[in-house]
Amino acid sequence: MGMNPYKIRRLTKLVLIQALLITVTITCLFPLFWMVRSSLMTQDAVFVDQSIIPSRLHFGNYVRAWTQGQFGRYFLNSVVYTTIVVFGIVVISSWAAYAFSRLKFPGRKLFFVLFILAVMIPLPGSFVPLTVLMTKIGFINSPYSWVRQLGYILCMINVGLPLSVFLLKTFFDQMPSDLEDAARIDGCNKMGIWRHVALPLARPAIAVIVIFNALNVWNEYLLARLLLNDVAGKPTIMPLQRGVMVFADTHNVEYPLLMASLTIAAVPIILVYLFVQKHILAVGEPSKIDLLKEGRLSR
Amino acid sequence: MPKINLKHRSWYEVKDRLSSFLFILPAATIFAVFYVYPFFETFNLSLRDWNGIGPAKLFVGFRNFSDILSLMASQQPADLTWWQSVIYWLKSLAAGTLSLNYDEVWWRSVWHASYITLVALTFQNALAFMLAMACDREIRGKHFYRAVFFIPPVLSEVVVGLIWKWILEGGVQNGQHYGLLNHCLDAIGLHHLVNDWLSDPKTALTCIAVVHSWKGFGWGFLMFLAGLQTIDRELYEAAKVDGAGAWRTFWNITVPMMLPVIIVVVILTILGSMQAFVLILSMTDGGPGYHTEVPVTRILAAMMRTKEFGYACAMGVTFGAILIALSAALKKMENRIKRI
Repeated sequence: MGMNPYKIRRLTKLVLIQALLITVTITCLFPLFWMVRSSLMTQDAVFVDQSIIPSRLHFGNYVRAWTQGQFGRYFLNSVVYTTIVVFGIVVISSWAAYAFSRLKFPGRKLFFVLFILAVMIPLPGSFVPLTVLMTKIGFINSPYSWVRQLGYILCMINVGLPLSVFLLKTFFDQMPSDLEDAARIDGCNKMGIWRHVALPLARPAIAVIVIFNALNVWNEYLLARLLLNDVAGKPTIMPLQRGVMVFADTHNVEYPLLMASLTIAAVPIILVYLFVQKHILAVGEPSKIDLLKEGRLSR
Repeated sequence: MPKINLKHRSWYEVKDRLSSFLFILPAATIFAVFYVYPFFETFNLSLRDWNGIGPAKLFVGFRNFSDILSLMASQQPADLTWWQSVIYWLKSLAAGTLSLNYDEVWWRSVWHASYITLVALTFQNALAFMLAMACDREIRGKHFYRAVFFIPPVLSEVVVGLIWKWILEGGVQNGQHYGLLNHCLDAIGLHHLVNDWLSDPKTALTCIAVVHSWKGFGWGFLMFLAGLQTIDRELYEAAKVDGAGAWRTFWNITVPMMLPVIIVVVILTILGSMQAFVLILSMTDGGPGYHTEVPVTRILAAMMRTKEFGYACAMGVTFGAILIALSAALKKMENRIKRI
């Protein structure tokens, strides 16, 4: 019994589709594989040995990058910046969003419109006066590392604020008010309602905010370049991306070492991504609001 | 509501509003200092001549802008009145010797950003759409593909740029090309295609545009896929019953139903790609020559290398205006399409 033409056509179609998907998958993953593979070779081997998997794996580059290249420190800095900035964004934006959504005060509409405009108007050069301002206030040239770090942290909080406020406000707008009333009757003040009613209810929205801002801070380069200067004799305050660029400039022909440093910068974010994948991929859903609604209903 | 003494009540209200205001105070302060002030200061500085250090911020009116945009003929004698300069302009145009006095590197950088954006709009988004169509069915490994395609977008531009720089490396050692791409081309016998990809002015920008698309297509894919999944399957069934082929189904059902999503993706692609620059810093730093400069790298260079802070801001304002004009045009198009 031969296959009918309809079946053959369907099968070829499926094979073609799979071929396309597999090709793109390889194109996505192979550069990353090549990075790891090159990081496991010696400086001499990397220019002559083109085998897919090197005959001898050499882990010395990671040790060198981590110690001599200060990558241990860069890594720690990135973790610290990401944690503090994300925490700051969640607290400050949820306060603001709660107020915009539920409380009455003068200038409420005006402030909110300003926030929205900030998201909508692109002004590519505004980092110039920002840098000038940070110098003037004394953040950039301060002798104290923590002051310079604080300047960067505040600026990064500012970057994440408008969108987070917007997202949380649309969420709080749909929050049932009877819960709030119940809390009020139980003697909660505004802060208590924010803490015990609004925040727990907004958990799905906050998850989205945490993930995307963490990605953004971890991968940020420009402000780290403009605002963070090192002082001789003190441990570096640069985050990973900046460190990688400094490293790439000074070791521009030492590719295995550079690839080891790139792996150090890339692997944590890939692991975290695979771990929280569901939340990230859900953001593509038709409207984020629907996602948030679902989150609320499932609680 | 219990009756409250009026005075008491208004005091209560004032206190209530003040405490409410405290909730937005941190956000409003940070926003005012780190966003609103720099925003307006950009416009202020764009009208000045300043090296970023000295106290003197010389007010120069619109000179920075006229330096960027100027349509004045460059060899024009200084003492012409305006109508004489118009005549000079037309004469040199007729003679074919007209060269304009604008900032050529800047306008080339705008073209480069547009080129990267065009590649992203066509190649990247077409690929994303095709992949989304491929995944919008019962197919083996669907979730795996979806997860993999979003790996490049979560990586930083620094990391992506440096990995690809290594792959596109054009050097030779011991008679062997050590860049992966050149090595592969060599190995399969395409020796004439071997190139120093990022140092060749002809290929550098295209390489960057392709790497940019590599990094970005996952976003488009994700949004297209989500959009496709909202299309009612019964529409496809009905089309099939009516005898429509795959091609007609695509143009008469998929595309119209997807238009809102397509427009969103187009807008995000344009705004994102026009302003992409970290990839360029890590791959070519604007070189070779000025062949991969984009407006944002020009702004950075004016600020950090030549210390022209006023000029940097003027470039920022000009580019911002271009972006706003673009998105306004797109919004208009969107409304027109919606009406059809």
